[in-house]
Amino acid sequence: MPAAAIKPETSPYLEIENLSKVYASNDGPVRALDRVSLQQKRGEFVSIVGPSGCGKSTLLMIAAGLASSSEGQVLVENKLVRAARTDLGIVFQNHVLLDWRTALENVMLQAVARKMDLRVAEQRARELLAAVGLQGFEDKYPRSLSGGMKQRVSICRALIHDPPHLLMDEPFGALDSLTRDQLVLDLQRICSERSTAVLFITHSIAEAVFLSDRVVVMTPRPGKIDRVIDIDLPRPRTLAMRESPEFAHYSREILDVFLARGILKE
Amino acid sequence: MVDMVSEDNGLLSIEQVERRVQEQTRAKRTRDRRAELIYPFLAGIGLLIVWELGTRVLNIPIYLFPPPSAVIVSAVKNWELLLRESWITSVEILAGYAVSIAVGIPLAFAIFRWPVFSKSIYPLLISSQAMPKVAVAPLFVVWFGFGLFPKVLIAFLIAFFPIVINTVMGLASIEREKIYLAQSMGLSSFETFRLIRLPNALPSIFAGLKISITLAVVGAVVGEFVGGDGGLGYQLMVANGSMDTPLLFAGIAALTVLGVLFYWIVEVVERLSMPHLERSPDIAGSV
Ligand SMILES: Nc1ncnc2c1ncn2[C@@H]1O[C@H](COP(=O)(O)OP(=O)(O)OP(=O)(O)O)[C@@H](O)[C@H]1O
Ligand SMILES: [Mg+2]
Repeated sequence: MPAAAIKPETSPYLEIENLSKVYASNDGPVRALDRVSLQQKRGEFVSIVGPSGCGKSTLLMIAAGLASSSEGQVLVENKLVRAARTDLGIVFQNHVLLDWRTALENVMLQAVARKMDLRVAEQRARELLAAVGLQGFEDKYPRSLSGGMKQRVSICRALIHDPPHLLMDEPFGALDSLTRDQLVLDLQRICSERSTAVLFITHSIAEAVFLSDRVVVMTPRPGKIDRVIDIDLPRPRTLAMRESPEFAHYSREILDVFLARGILKE
Repeated sequence: MVDMVSEDNGLLSIEQVERRVQEQTRAKRTRDRRAELIYPFLAGIGLLIVWELGTRVLNIPIYLFPPPSAVIVSAVKNWELLLRESWITSVEILAGYAVSIAVGIPLAFAIFRWPVFSKSIYPLLISSQAMPKVAVAPLFVVWFGFGLFPKVLIAFLIAFFPIVINTVMGLASIEREKIYLAQSMGLSSFETFRLIRLPNALPSIFAGLKISITLAVVGAVVGEFVGGDGGLGYQLMVANGSMDTPLLFAGIAALTVLGVLFYWIVEVVERLSMPHLERSPDIAGSV
């Protein structure tokens, strides 16, 4: 595989350098991010965990070139990001489906926008929808889909063009644990097949450990990176590995950060 | 009913339940649709009966408040006149409405697109709405005489504002994430407009279009009041002058029919252009 041939260590795909973000608001400024630095290699899976409101979504939007930073910079393949990046697929925290388009048409929007071969893309869109368990719902409008189904459609929309970088903001938040497990496995497979780099935001420590090469633990007010934990578990990871002592050890390590910061109290 | 029960345990299979739910929904929908027609119809009939009896029992003079029978007689007698005048008024309404759309929507796009426009024209436009446009109608008669043009102009002036306001509001009120999505897909601003902003604004635009059509009717009638030589509004004035109150009522009824008809047409267009908003049977069923 050509992507594996490039030594990942030598070429960081994404570099976030000393990023700070302060939102100006009427009742005083809000500090959202404080000097956050992060590097991601090609094909690497990085998760960000942290309590609600610690600036995870803000970080993701700045990394995508969609929101501006107050200080610091974002580089992709050593080039400064000044405008919205298009080399990626984004799963937003709340699905963001267009309610006048059916599930299939919502996925196809990505293909239309990128002027892909629509016949091929439609085939692929149907495969993706079937893969996330939405066969038979292709022609339904979002209003008649459940929250979890909408989120799955938006995951398909982020995947259809095989982006080198995937940004996901709590993509499995609205799903039941069974579907979640299935999608976590699917995501692992898809990403290793195409060596997609994923920046993945989650509230679930287990999910982060299971999927990631690295877990970034953030603390709130203002959002700061507290610890970066390398997950050295062999791939592909299996559901059974969640019972292993190594897995428990990593989970405990993340939990300890939250306990030490008083975000979690025993 | 017997064949609905499966042999093994007496419980309905999911296919049977599905069939039943579908049948019930379909039956409910036809019942609802029929009720939508029948109830207003019955209410209307009831009202007419009360009205008829009321005017007879209280012995109200016909020139003050004619019974419906007298109005109907007058309408039948004058049907040719009413039809001709309705046509004239319809042309004025539709022309005024068409100009409202042709000016209002591009103006709204421009206000949305160019900040210069929104900063200079928009406040002016909004404050201009404080001016009672009916009051300038006589001026138009002075300027433009008695033809079609002044009526169309008044209908336009009264009707175009809600279109502008609602279109601007619809375009501006969009989730930031939808724009983020467009940007991350590399859509140009024109394509973003076509694929995302405009469809997103459509419900709001149609809300404006529906207010406007009723206002266009008002505008055309006002135009005929102040400087008419034809049309239902003019005919109302004539009937009023000759104390022909039944004809006056018939004219009002004809105007109402026109208003409802045009409104209904806009609503049909709305429903056709936004199929995803079709009333779902589940929601209709729970009401
Ligand atoms: N547009 C905005 N204007 C002002 N403040 C904002 C804005 N967006 C976010 N914030 C503030 O920035 C902080 C971080 O928000 P952000 O959405 O990034 O948190 P998060 O980590 O994604 O939270 P969650 O896990 O609940 O999604 C919050 O305190 C929030 O109030
Ligand atoms: Mg968030």
